[in-house]
Parts: sequence; C-alpha cells; structure tokens
Amino acid sequence: MMTDYDLIIRPKRHAFDIDLKEIWNYRDLLSMFVKRDVITIYKQTVLGPVWFFLQPIMTTVVYIVIFGNIAKISTDGVPMILFYLAGVVMWNYFSEAFNTTAKTFNENANIFGKVYFPRLIMPLSKVVSGLIKFGIQITFFLLVYAYFLISGNQTVQPNYTLLLLPVYILIMAGLGLGSGIIFTSLTTKYRDLTFLLTFGIQLLMYATPVIYPLSTIAEGSRMRMLILANPLTPLVEGFKYAFLGQGYFSWAGLLYSALFTGILLMTGVVIFHRTERNFIDTV
Amino acid sequence: MAKTIIEIENLSKIYRLGEVGTGTLSHDLERWWKMNVLGQEDPYAKVGTINDRTQKAVKGEHVAALRDINLEVKEGEVLGIIGKNGAGKSTLLKILSRVTSPTTGTVKVKGRMASLLEVGTGFHPEMTGRENIYMNGTIMGMRKWEIDKKLDEIVEFAGVAKYLDTPVKRYSSGMTVRLGFAIAAHLEPEILIVDEVLAVGDAEFQKKAVGKMQDVSHEQGRTVLFVSHNMSAVKSLCQRGAVLSNGQLIYINTANSAIDQYINSSDKIMNYVDGFIDLKYAREKLYFAKVFKRLRILDKTNSPCEIFPLLSYMRIEVELENTENYIDADYCVAILTMDGQWMTSSATWMYSKEKKKAYDRVILEIPSVKFSPGRYRIYLSMTYHCAGAYIDRIESAANFYIESCDPFKSGREFTSDCGFVIPEGEVCLL
Repeated sequence: MMTDYDLIIRPKRHAFDIDLKEIWNYRDLLSMFVKRDVITIYKQTVLGPVWFFLQPIMTTVVYIVIFGNIAKISTDGVPMILFYLAGVVMWNYFSEAFNTTAKTFNENANIFGKVYFPRLIMPLSKVVSGLIKFGIQITFFLLVYAYFLISGNQTVQPNYTLLLLPVYILIMAGLGLGSGIIFTSLTTKYRDLTFLLTFGIQLLMYATPVIYPLSTIAEGSRMRMLILANPLTPLVEGFKYAFLGQGYFSWAGLLYSALFTGILLMTGVVIFHRTERNFIDTV
Repeated sequence: MAKTIIEIENLSKIYRLGEVGTGTLSHDLERWWKMNVLGQEDPYAKVGTINDRTQKAVKGEHVAALRDINLEVKEGEVLGIIGKNGAGKSTLLKILSRVTSPTTGTVKVKGRMASLLEVGTGFHPEMTGRENIYMNGTIMGMRKWEIDKKLDEIVEFAGVAKYLDTPVKRYSSGMTVRLGFAIAAHLEPEILIVDEVLAVGDAEFQKKAVGKMQDVSHEQGRTVLFVSHNMSAVKSLCQRGAVLSNGQLIYINTANSAIDQYINSSDKIMNYVDGFIDLKYAREKLYFAKVFKRLRILDKTNSPCEIFPLLSYMRIEVELENTENYIDADYCVAILTMDGQWMTSSATWMYSKEKKKAYDRVILEIPSVKFSPGRYRIYLSMTYHCAGAYIDRIESAANFYIESCDPFKSGREFTSDCGFVIPEGEVCLL
C-alpha cells in the first residue's frame, strides 16, 4: 500500500534541513509571542511603557556623569546627550536581542516540553519584540535630535548614509539573534556558560564604540584593530555618523559586518536545529 | 480496510542515567571520535539495557526508555496506551508530539496531529481569557483566522463567557483547565494525542471531556491516542489497547483484553525472603523515609498465603523500620482493586489511641473477607497527623486473590458479577 506521509519523525535530520515554510505557517504564533512580550512586560508596574523611555534616559545620564564628566572621554564635539543616547539606543537593541534569545531553551523548557512548534519562532519573536522597544527608544532619540537640529546646533549634521539605517538595524538584529541562538544551544548542556553571559555582554560593550568614539583610539594601534574586528563597530559608528556627522563610516566595514552576520546566523541556525531535537532530555 | 495513519517502526529512545554534567564533555568527545572519525557505532547506544527500574542505576549508564516499538494505527481508531509508571508511555508520547526525537527508528504520520500533553500550554496569567485562547491556539498550530471562527464555540464549551476579558490569573484552577481543554477540543486535527488530561477538573467537566473525545473519534472519524492510568476511561473510550512494559510493547489487542493483560502483568512476582514479601523495590516514589520494610499476608493457620476463599480469615502484617523519628505518625492499610478503586481502608487516625513509642508492626486483621472474587492489591501509607504529607507510601505493596466459593451451599457461587461485596445479611421472603 503506497501512502505518502505528511510527517516523518526520524532520529537525525540533515543539518540544513530547515523548514522555512513551516516557520511561515506559524507566523501567527510569532505575532502572539510578540504581543505577549509587549503586553506583559510592564504589567503590575506603575509607570508601564514609560519605562521604555526611562531606561535609556537613565543610562544616558549615568554615562554623561561618569564617562563624560568624570572620565572626560571625548565625544568628538557632539553634544553629550546625543552621543550617548545614540550609542545606548543602538547597543540596547543588540544586547536585548542577544540576552533574550540566549535564554530561549532554558526559559521555555516548560513549553518546549509540552508542545511542538518550530523552535526558531521563539528567538525570532524576541528579536521582533525587541524591535518594538527599539522603535520607541529611537523615537525618543529622534525627538531629542530634532530639538538639537531646530535649535541650530552646528555640530549635528545628518547625511545621506541615513538611508542605511534599516540595514544597520537588520544587521544588528541578525547579530543579536545569531549569537543568542548559538549561546542558548550551548547552554542546554553546559550550563556554565550562563554565568559568562552577563559578563560577556558587558565586555563586548566596551569593545564597541558605545561610550567612546572610534577616533579616540590611535590609528594603527592593536586596540583599534581589535575594535574594528568587532562586527558591531561599523554599525554603532555608522549610526552615529549618519545622524551626527561624526564617526566612522566605510563600505568595507559594513560589508564585513553583513558577511559576519550571515555566517553567524547560518552557524547559529544549524546548531540551534541540532539542539532542539533532543534538548528536552538534557535541560 | 481503513488506512494506516500512523506507522511506528523500530522506535527506540535511549537516555543517559545519572547526572549530566561532569564527564559529559569527555563522553561527547569520545562518542564523536568513535562515530565520526573511526566510523564505529555509537559506543553508548549499546549499553541500553531493558529499563528495569528496580535495578539500581549505575551512574552514566544509558538506558532504553523505549525499545523497538512497532505499531500501526488505523484511521478512526482510538488506541489506549497503558502501562506502569516508567514503562515508556510518556516517552512515546513525547516522540509522537515531536517534543524530543527518537534515538533510532521512524514514525510516519498522515494528516495533522495535535498533542495534548498538558492543557493550556503557554497560558500567561497576566493576559485575558481571550488573549490566552489565541496564545494557546496558535501554540497548538492553529491559524488566527481558525480561532476567530471557533472563538464562540470555545468560550461556550469552557463556560467562561463572563470572564473572557479578565486576566487568567483571576480564574479558578478549574476554569483555567476548562478553557485549556476547550481550546484543545476545537483544534480539529486528524490525530489527537491525549495524555491523562482527564485527571483534572470536576466530575461534570470530566464527563464533558470524555464526551467530546468520543465525539471526536466516533462521529468525526478521527484517530485518538489516549494514554491513561484510568482503566475505566480507557475501557469506555478505546477500541484497541497497547500495553507497554519496561519500554517494550508487550501486548496489543482490543482494549478490554489489553487491560486484563496489564492487570495481570502488573502483579509482579512477589519477592519472598524468610516468608516475607520484601518491600525494598515496591515504591514508585520516595518520600521522607523508607518505613515499610516487609510484609506478609497470613491465613488462619498463620502461614503466608496469596489466595483466600471468600469469607475466610486474613491477616496483613507489615514490619516497620526507621520509625524512631516519627512517633506520632498515622498509618493506613488499604485494599484496592487492581485498577485502583479503593475497596476499604483502615487507618490509625480513625481510632483515638495514643501513640507513645516507635512501633515495629502494623497489622490489619480481617475476620472474614467479604470482597467479591478477584485480584486485589495492598496499599500502605504513613502520614503526619492523618492528612497532608506522606512519610512513606507504597501504592502496590503486594496483591492477593479472592476465590469464589459457595457460601450458602446452594450450588451457586458468589462471583464478581454479583457485586463488590457480599452482604452481611441476606434476602428473605415473607
């Protein structure tokens, strides 16, 4: 009797056997997860979504005081608030995407243990809900930015690379997602890594020109090489350059970031896929 | 002939016992080296022996939770899967619902399959009933428009219309379960996999749930796989039954004969040491202490016995150990049918007798056994002050058989068809 089966469960799937159609079929679930994240995150708080604004403001104020006033790190003549806010908003999106996706398996073991859906939906939804938060924060940045533009501040000069903004955001999301899913795949078996996460992200921030401009690092120095090797550098610097006119922009850097992200994402998806099959036995 | 809708071939699943942690990296490396570089077989797959939980687990040993399962399920069939705890039922369900993947073998499925390992997966307490219907529905693989269409039906079935826009955290647990089941019941998959969800909710709701499942299978011709300890639910729902034992499929036939097979296979060969049945391996779960040591069932001549004629004398003696720390604990000895109905029980808290010392024995004496013929099991428990926490508990310590006899010398025996117990009095005509 010949029957064509709709589903075949077998021990091993091919590494690249990723069912994009299935993920597409579950798009409603993705939007429900996003909705859940957004409506539940600030439940039982008095200020609610205002926290979306307060977080970057508070961080920015701290940076202004510590790095700007006490450590007196240059901002290339850009008003401190804009400089730090730009860095913080951009960085926050990455760290949010990384942090939340890096917990995919451990935090959802409960759901994953009970029902099947394409597991990638979960980290994807985190990246999308992070995007909403980012959208609110960048709106806030734009308001502050508009104030400086209107008040005729000469140091703030936007330019044509502003058109690249969506590309920056996309690559940023990819980097966060890619590193997050690799991380979560590794932590299902070796929990030790979770302890490194917070520390690692912090360290990574200092290796990215968030609180300092790339221009303060001497040309040709080892340090500069290191920072340029960080795929986040072209994004954060490019973002600042686009809006503020001060910063570093190069097509090569952007291309490097994009390629890096592509490879990272592919590796991530393959590892994630391998892990999702059996993680429930080890978690 | 009906089409085969699920085909399971040589399905096995191997788990690693002991702690996963120290040593796994080296094992992983060894495994990787042998399999991918030397091209040998998985060095750890071979260790998988029969999953016999009474043997002590060796740390790092691999055990087969499922072994070479072959099974075909036809369209429209309702298959009950029964077996003791640890027999592999849940593992099988997990593989079928794609929560985990098998170590070897394949499962081929035709049609949309939904599994109910739990009701209300993904419910968020802060979200309203309505939002959670969408949340849970999409998790189970429904599209948003499908839920839109069925929303009213779901709400009506769950009986939560009034609270639809109230956060689920304000719901009673019964309402939450009802809502969860209602969503699942309206999934309309071709194959539904159900794991003991009927154990929750009140009696009325259970009836509704069983009814819904019957509708799904009988009227709509869908296939249902039902895993349960509740033999009467299996009996009333399923046509076919499969018995799992130690990870192997040992029997598959009609539901009724599978249940009989299960009941007979579950009376384990009782392990006599010095005339006592050893209780060391009888526990399904560990509580605070191992108090019940061994037990014997005696007849009127004071010799151990497993078969008692109706209305004969019976004495159950349980020896205790490690009781020093639990002086005023309560003990209960109960007699249950093999499918878990409580026939009777006797417990120390029923009598107001002061307890002063650490006791050595619990004895239940029955001058005349009045249960209808059949097999029964003995349940033991020790609790703090009549209720609440168990100190020790054994669900099935031993079992015995009541033989039918002719108590009234009329040439007719009192059998299980005549009722559960033989009456104290008798009918008379005036």
